[in-house]
Amino acid sequence: MNTNNTTSTHHEHRDDAARKMGMWLFLFTELLLFGGLFLVYSIYRYLNPEDFSNGSHHLDVFMGALNTMVLITSSLTVALSITAIQKGNKTLALRLLAATIFLALVFLVNKYFEWGHKIHYDLYPGTDLFKALPPGEGLFYVLYYFMTGLHMLHVIVGAIILAVMGKYIKDDKITKDNYVLLENGGLYWHLVDLIWIYLFPLLYLIH
Amino acid sequence: MENHKHHIVEYLTNLYVWVGLAVLTIVTIWVSEFDLKMLTVAVALGVATVKAVLVLMYFMHLKFDSKILTVMVIVTLIVFLSMIVFTFFDYTFRA
Repeated sequence: MNTNNTTSTHHEHRDDAARKMGMWLFLFTELLLFGGLFLVYSIYRYLNPEDFSNGSHHLDVFMGALNTMVLITSSLTVALSITAIQKGNKTLALRLLAATIFLALVFLVNKYFEWGHKIHYDLYPGTDLFKALPPGEGLFYVLYYFMTGLHMLHVIVGAIILAVMGKYIKDDKITKDNYVLLENGGLYWHLVDLIWIYLFPLLYLIH
Repeated sequence: MENHKHHIVEYLTNLYVWVGLAVLTIVTIWVSEFDLKMLTVAVALGVATVKAVLVLMYFMHLKFDSKILTVMVIVTLIVFLSMIVFTFFDYTFRA
């Protein structure tokens, strides 16, 4: 009987290159979503240079820098996780994914303290303090909350996606020979990192 | 059997990229302490772009994948940059 042999060599209908290209097309729409916000930010910064400068002076560079390090490290762990699964090391791949999700949580906790600090001092749209700010500075904070908020949403979604990938690795749906799903999940995570790479200098560093 | 279509990025390569990203982050924070006047924005965005290229090439595998993906990324960036440049033309030359 030769059935076992035929099933193991049976050709799977799979096109990894196309699946990856589809993921990239989705990432382009994400880029243009944030791109629109970057455009609004640049124009208003150009029109209100003083107010934007004052606004960014009040952001905590240390917190921003800490979160930058957390995100680039999480990008490293997810990249290493892909290397691990390609080399057939399932346990290491799972541990690295867990580390990535842990770092995503660290990022969110930092953001909680950062936002919490401002909200504690009534620095958010709607308060009397906020209404008394020069219009440009108000704009800066609205954009700060919106851009970091939308980015934070992507961190949460990315962490959920990576958790699902972890489940797939556990169930052997992602393996040494079939890992394009993990690569695509990783691509999404790296995009979140890429956006932060630009958000950090634009919001925190340019005074 | 080795499948040459799928290049594996070594653990160490990924680690070197991370070191590069960390160093550039420190550089961009350090530089922001100085008053570079007109160059402030250019330097900050320049360093960010070097970091972005590192992430795109190594973490996102563009260097090792089919070149069509790199072409697609570049086209998208050109569309995005045109959007910014033309809007700025409007605001700069408005009477």
